[in-house]
Amino acid sequence: MKRRDFLKIACFSVAGLPARSAFDQLIGKALAKQPGVGKPKWAMVIDIKACVAKPGCQHCIDACHNIHNVPTFNNPKDEIKWIWTNPYKEVFPEQTYQFSSVEVQKQPILVLCNHCENPPCVKVCPTKATFKRDDGLVMMDYHRCIGCRYCMAACPYGARSFNWKDPRPFIKGFRQDFPTRTKGVVEKCSFCEERLAKGLKPACVEACTAGALTFGDLNEPDSQVRKLLALRPSVRRKAHLGTEPKVFYIYEAL
Amino acid sequence: MIEKVLKGGLIYRAWMALLLVMILIGLIFYVRQWNLGLGITGMGRDVSWGLYIANFTFLVGVAASAVIVVLPYYLHDFKVFGRITIFGEFLAIAAVTMSTLFIFVDLGQPARVFNIVLYPSPQSVLFWDMIVLNLYLILNLIIGWRTLEAERQEEAPPTWLKPLIFLSIPLAISIHTVTAFIYSGLGARPFWLTALLAPRFLASAFASGPALLIILCLIMRRFTKFDAGQEAIQKIALIITYALSIHLFFFLVELFTVFYGGIPEHVHHFQYLFGPGGQPLLTVSARISLILTCIAFFLLVNPRTRKAEGTLIYALLAVIIAVWIEKGLGFVVPGFIPSPLGEISSYSPTISEILITKGVWAVGLLIITALFKIAASVKEDLSQ
Repeated sequence: MKRRDFLKIACFSVAGLPARSAFDQLIGKALAKQPGVGKPKWAMVIDIKACVAKPGCQHCIDACHNIHNVPTFNNPKDEIKWIWTNPYKEVFPEQTYQFSSVEVQKQPILVLCNHCENPPCVKVCPTKATFKRDDGLVMMDYHRCIGCRYCMAACPYGARSFNWKDPRPFIKGFRQDFPTRTKGVVEKCSFCEERLAKGLKPACVEACTAGALTFGDLNEPDSQVRKLLALRPSVRRKAHLGTEPKVFYIYEAL
Repeated sequence: MIEKVLKGGLIYRAWMALLLVMILIGLIFYVRQWNLGLGITGMGRDVSWGLYIANFTFLVGVAASAVIVVLPYYLHDFKVFGRITIFGEFLAIAAVTMSTLFIFVDLGQPARVFNIVLYPSPQSVLFWDMIVLNLYLILNLIIGWRTLEAERQEEAPPTWLKPLIFLSIPLAISIHTVTAFIYSGLGARPFWLTALLAPRFLASAFASGPALLIILCLIMRRFTKFDAGQEAIQKIALIITYALSIHLFFFLVELFTVFYGGIPEHVHHFQYLFGPGGQPLLTVSARISLILTCIAFFLLVNPRTRKAEGTLIYALLAVIIAVWIEKGLGFVVPGFIPSPLGEISSYSPTISEILITKGVWAVGLLIITALFKIAASVKEDLSQ
């Protein structure tokens, strides 16, 4: 190698490294960095067949909304939801439904925040009020959120709700052990961060009597979620967007 | 120079009083929104941005369009625009102030607005928009005020002003580009996810902003001794003609990709906006916008109707209204409908929301009136 070439390469690598990492920062790629070995990466697996086997069952939704002081509004405009159901056709809109019966199309499917590995909401937040933890949880800081609702525009799953009004008068069965939110901030499912810290499973998983919800560590090869994902066909909502959702839907045993 | 704002005839004082009343009404309703939350607006879980953000988007375009008079005058020494560059810069000041206010009134927790500065987040486009908008505002304040002061003293503007003027030119382009990037980088919203958005925004801005400037010049000619001059107005009208043609072309290009490409998640939004089944308020205004664009296009392209002031005014008003709809509610709302979960919700602004919006517009009009009055008075004094 000539001396000139060496200098060229040296200059580019010195200038290029920080430039590259700055670029990754800007496009939000740095968010998706993998954690060190041995650290957990939380995920949920929803067994569609087991879930729809109990029509009308609301245990998981009630448990979640109850322990998190989620208010109930009659007006869909003001609605706050952490976990809820939507028709199959709307949850997986990229499929074709020409030949599905109306019942199948309308089958209620459980939806919640996907805790994306590459979360668009975190990328757009102008105050870092929504952020991703090393264990993959996408969190909200209700005290920092300025209520610009950019995250709601960026979320491809409609997982975020905004407090259009003071939520407190609309909370049924107020719980002392969980903070209430104020008007003007965004909120969503937290994968029960407060319960994980105590070594407990998320409330929805615990409340499910159908055995449809499984929660665990993707980095642990022997975990229940990894076993299910290894053996059963699974889908994720709008995976083509590159958000890497960590809520998986399994649909049928092979 | 500021004392010139206080002197004026009866119409001037009545107009300023009317604006102050509108600001007061807006303020009263904003206090209500501050206390009760954004629930008093028509926005909701699915359509989470509305009239405020729509006006913000439109006004950033008006602010950027000052470059239409600044660039030919300072870069190409096009003397015809010499008399009106100051008004372009002052219009930009008012427009940026209004867009910042629209962002502010849209916040759920306005008291925490400085969190954007306290926790800078370079991966958020909103953070960059805040930076370029503020920089552009400061630059235009300095440039506008200092050149007018120099003109009053009958001396050449200071040399240190030149680099700031040159900086303001790319900055004008960047405020609107970054504003487009707020939308066009969201994979969740196929209606906005197009690389053509920033160019489209700029094209429609370069039509609507200068149209507003000409209208303001004509109003000034009616009420003051200041005349922008036939040649300047005709040159700007020609620029508007080109900008509107490019805007129309970009729009058709977008429609081609959406409908010929035929990807359902792209098509749905456009069908909802124009087609049957959409919310009447939105569908009707979208069609009005399209018709007005076409009328303005024909009036402007035809040299006879463009050169006759009587028809030119109608063309300019049509451009302003058409772009305000197209880039405002007709752009923001359809992005949210259908929602990511296929929900077809509707959006209509509430009375409170409209009055707050009018209040912000009144602030902007007050700034325009005051600044234009100062500039026109300075120029009147000089000609005497």
